Amino acid sequence: MNHSARRLRYVVKRLLQAVPIVLAIVVLNFFLLQLAEGDAVDVLAGEAGSATPEYMAELRAKFGLDQPLLVQLGIYLKNVLFFDLGYSFRHEMPVSELIFDRMFATLLLMVSTILLAVGFGILLGLLAATGLNTWRDTAISIFALITYATPLFWVGLMLIVVFSLNLGWFPTSGMENIAAFHEGWDRVFDIAHHLVLPTITLSLFYLALYTRLMRASMLEQSGQDYVTTARAKGLTERRIVFVHVLRNALLPVVTMAGVQVGALIGGSVIVESVFAWPGLGMLAFEALFSRDLNLLLGIFLLSALLVVAVNLVVDIIYSSLDPRIEVG
Amino acid sequence: MLAFWNRFRRNRSAVLGLGILTVILIIAATANLFYPEDPFSLAGRAMSPPGENGFLLGSDSLGRDVAAGIAHGAKTSLLIGLVATLVAVFIGAIMGAFAGYYGGWIDDILMRTTEMFQTIPSFVFAILLVAIMKPSIESIIVAIAVVSWPGVARLVRGEFLALRNREFVQACQTVGMSDLRIMLGEILPNCLSPIIVIGSLMVATAILIESGLAFLGLGDPNIMSWGFQIGAGRTLLRSAWWVCAFPGIAILLTVLAINLVGEGLNDALNPRLRERQ
Amino acid sequence: MTAPLLDIRNLHVALPEGSQRPYAVEDASMRLGENEILCVVGESGSGKSLTARAVMGLLPAPHVRVEKGAIEFAGEDLTQVSQARLRDIRGSDISMIFQEPMTALNPVMTIGRQIDEVFRFHVRMSGRERRERALQLLADVHLPDPAQIMGAYPHELSGGQRQRAMIAMALALDPKILIADEPTTALDVTTQAQILKLVKEMQAAHNTGVLFITHDFGVVADIADQVVVMQGGRVVEAGPAGQILNHPEHDYTKALIASVPSLSPRPARPRAEEAVLRIEDLNKVYRGGRSFFGLGKETRTVTAAVDVNLDLRRGETLGIVGESGSGKSTVARCIVRLTDADSGRILLDGEDLRPLGRSALRAYRSKIQMVFQDPFASLNPRRRVGSIIAQGMRLQGTSAETAREKARSLLEIVGLDERAFNRFPHEFSGGQRQRIGIARALALDPEVLVADEPVSALDVSIQAQILLLLDEIRERMNLSMVFITHDLRVAAQVCDQLAVMRHGRVVEAGPTAAIFADPQDPYTRDLLGAVPGKDWHPPQAAEPA
Repeated sequence: MNHSARRLRYVVKRLLQAVPIVLAIVVLNFFLLQLAEGDAVDVLAGEAGSATPEYMAELRAKFGLDQPLLVQLGIYLKNVLFFDLGYSFRHEMPVSELIFDRMFATLLLMVSTILLAVGFGILLGLLAATGLNTWRDTAISIFALITYATPLFWVGLMLIVVFSLNLGWFPTSGMENIAAFHEGWDRVFDIAHHLVLPTITLSLFYLALYTRLMRASMLEQSGQDYVTTARAKGLTERRIVFVHVLRNALLPVVTMAGVQVGALIGGSVIVESVFAWPGLGMLAFEALFSRDLNLLLGIFLLSALLVVAVNLVVDIIYSSLDPRIEVG
Repeated sequence: MLAFWNRFRRNRSAVLGLGILTVILIIAATANLFYPEDPFSLAGRAMSPPGENGFLLGSDSLGRDVAAGIAHGAKTSLLIGLVATLVAVFIGAIMGAFAGYYGGWIDDILMRTTEMFQTIPSFVFAILLVAIMKPSIESIIVAIAVVSWPGVARLVRGEFLALRNREFVQACQTVGMSDLRIMLGEILPNCLSPIIVIGSLMVATAILIESGLAFLGLGDPNIMSWGFQIGAGRTLLRSAWWVCAFPGIAILLTVLAINLVGEGLNDALNPRLRERQ
Repeated sequence: MTAPLLDIRNLHVALPEGSQRPYAVEDASMRLGENEILCVVGESGSGKSLTARAVMGLLPAPHVRVEKGAIEFAGEDLTQVSQARLRDIRGSDISMIFQEPMTALNPVMTIGRQIDEVFRFHVRMSGRERRERALQLLADVHLPDPAQIMGAYPHELSGGQRQRAMIAMALALDPKILIADEPTTALDVTTQAQILKLVKEMQAAHNTGVLFITHDFGVVADIADQVVVMQGGRVVEAGPAGQILNHPEHDYTKALIASVPSLSPRPARPRAEEAVLRIEDLNKVYRGGRSFFGLGKETRTVTAAVDVNLDLRRGETLGIVGESGSGKSTVARCIVRLTDADSGRILLDGEDLRPLGRSALRAYRSKIQMVFQDPFASLNPRRRVGSIIAQGMRLQGTSAETAREKARSLLEIVGLDERAFNRFPHEFSGGQRQRIGIARALALDPEVLVADEPVSALDVSIQAQILLLLDEIRERMNLSMVFITHDLRVAAQVCDQLAVMRHGRVVEAGPTAAIFADPQDPYTRDLLGAVPGKDWHPPQAAEPA
């Protein structure tokens, strides 16, 4: 069969497989909402200070909250389909609007983090594996071991202490200097300047993860039979490492990059709250403090969908690296 | 057992990890002895730098002893890490065992569920669960367990899937042994090593999650923890760096030690790796 | 003889400290001449593979290394030359093919690129020229549609095609020496015959010297000019093929050759009237990948058994032979009910076992027992041997005391020491483990023993012992046996009746001697024609080892 046609079919298959997962996540979200104490009407009533039971019953009927659970689930599913994730009474805004406002900041942080972590992780892993048991390998391995064990928020705080408070190189918080009214490229540089510390903080742990994985994967692949064949063909070690081993060793790293996206979103909650980065994580942190569960659930749902989407992208990348993808 | 220890001992960093872990265990066990007071209580002058006013590691803005907090926090971290991991391993092992042994639609349902749980950003999910259940030591343990079991399930499923088709399992089937007995008595003992290894590494992850939750203010308000100390000290970064720095080092050392021990266990329990070295 | 192409003198390959023996290869010498096929024969652990790797400088460094000796190739000692020189030689003057063509090829690179690399690293040629040469090579090894194969990935080819592609790659630069390390061991017998033919054809066309590593004397008989026999790292005997095969001098060579099962079927025995097991119209289709949520998934089906009919009489051995994918193992698994057949009848003493549920089946479980292929996977590594054997009896309600007693006596029957009872499986060799597996199968006093390739994972001398034991036990316990094998030599020695399977169907069935003498189905004829060394009649030693 034609390779590209096969790849296309694989992508379509993965797309279809994502549907039940998304559905299940939405349903889970609905039940978590049920689990939380009190419903939207209780919150509304609490906001208003006083509400008669009659008025509350009327409100419930209006929102469909007096319907059987399954009907409510149906309403919820329909709402989600039209991106209606409810209303945040604290911010006095629809949840979906709040989320879309903050999404860009988070995506920016995540993309820069993924690029940094995956890129340098692969590089360091490669350097460690090619210099097995030399000082280079040892140094990289120790670095990876320690960063792998460091809590993100602590790294963030310590980076602030060193690079912001003591050295004054980078700003302590925020995404841009709003008071400066930068425009055009100035604004881009300003944001990039603010982006440095959060990106480093968030990427350190994943950098360690990918470094370790890449090193292990390189070592595993170097022991395979095809490497012996390549050697028997008289190829140079360079060619063997960079052409034969590298591509095979990348496969588990790419897979892992997809798996870790969910964790990355969790990490961004912490990093954004440390650096007051105005993204979804910061929003979640605020929602947590004001007990705005509706908002929190909205963020949760969206981040889960984001993971599904990123996983799809990773699958497509993977399918171009590995001709053995199964369609059957 | 002795042979196992000899193999473990060959990995020097694992022995180092075990040493650090032992020290932390001793600190946790003797916390009440050396710091009998409530770690939340005022113990002296506020904002004392390390070594001054009788504070080994300084005090925070309310005059709480950082060292006392670390000693009591060790108990919290280890307890939550251990219990949450046990619960997660239990759930994951059952799911994985059934999925791997029976295959077919049972596998499909269980693994799609696992996949869904793996797709959900686990830390955000943990935050949500604790927020819904109200922060307490139980809710934190439940939340960590709920987000950690999928890894175990996948591992155990893989092992069961491979072992179920081994001929010794088929031999048990041909003499009419019941499925439950095959799973528990024949297959499970053969995949204990990887479960122990993943379990030990999960304790480290659980401690990291717990500290993150506490840092965000989702810790049990009545129990001292490292994450709480750092969260409470972050506003003092400019004036009192030690309030944040030392608990962070405690987390780092604990997690590092457990990871080293976990890797040591892996090398010692995994004969395939042993040959490679 | 002219000056040899390759002259290995007093080669010592040292193993790392703490290994079972200090040298993997000890004081080995051999010569390979131009236009000659030299077979190095030996059982596992004989050092034959490491000798081959030492020539290529491909020993697993730094643990295993050449300690002493010389490997002279065209006046150069390969143990002394630089890495760069060695790289020049590899792939152009000396090239190699391996046992497992699937893992020996890079899975994410097309065949074309993998062949192209050889040219790129050794000669100056334009891309167009390289492509033409590669296409020609693929055509030379008789691969259909070379252009398509160029763009294919290894997993898209069959095992035989992959090995052909490997050979094309190895011969790309017309090497003086081709080293072949068990290149046909992973292949089916008919494919093996084709690959052997190809190796010979290529060798003759290019005057190549071939160093051929094998464990199979049949293969040796088919292709060897010269033979070297190795045992435990040492060369025990060397000489022209005809001499070694027909007039071996050394005791070890004699014993090895005597263990090779003869292709002439054993004398027919009178057939019993009483049928023990009858298989009627058995069908089994595997449906892969159909899942509960699996939207958009294709279902893949494999037809493993189609209207299979078999008839096993009391006291006889019925062989089911076929290549991989023929469905022979599926039939065995259906008989012992490890797999549920789709339809048909499995009649044991007239009782149909197929529709029985788990609890109803339990009473019949003990009557049909199985001996498995892999002596390492078939025993639970965490259980003691005694408990492995006694387990089945305990489940059937035997008292612990009686079960223990019987397990001990069974150990004796299969030729093991009673002290084995309290040991763990890893303390035993492959052959001993297979004996334990047989003892376990006998523990429930079965009427029928289903043996699924019970000797294919064993060295030839051990194989002979296990076959002898199975025969002895069948006689002694009045067992009837279903014997699954891919090896027609083994089948000739143990089976009274034969059923030849292909693509899930029985293409021919009848008395072994009749089928061997006059095969009716063309496929059976192909199979018999492909048996390595079929024209060689090993001298039968008086006492097989």
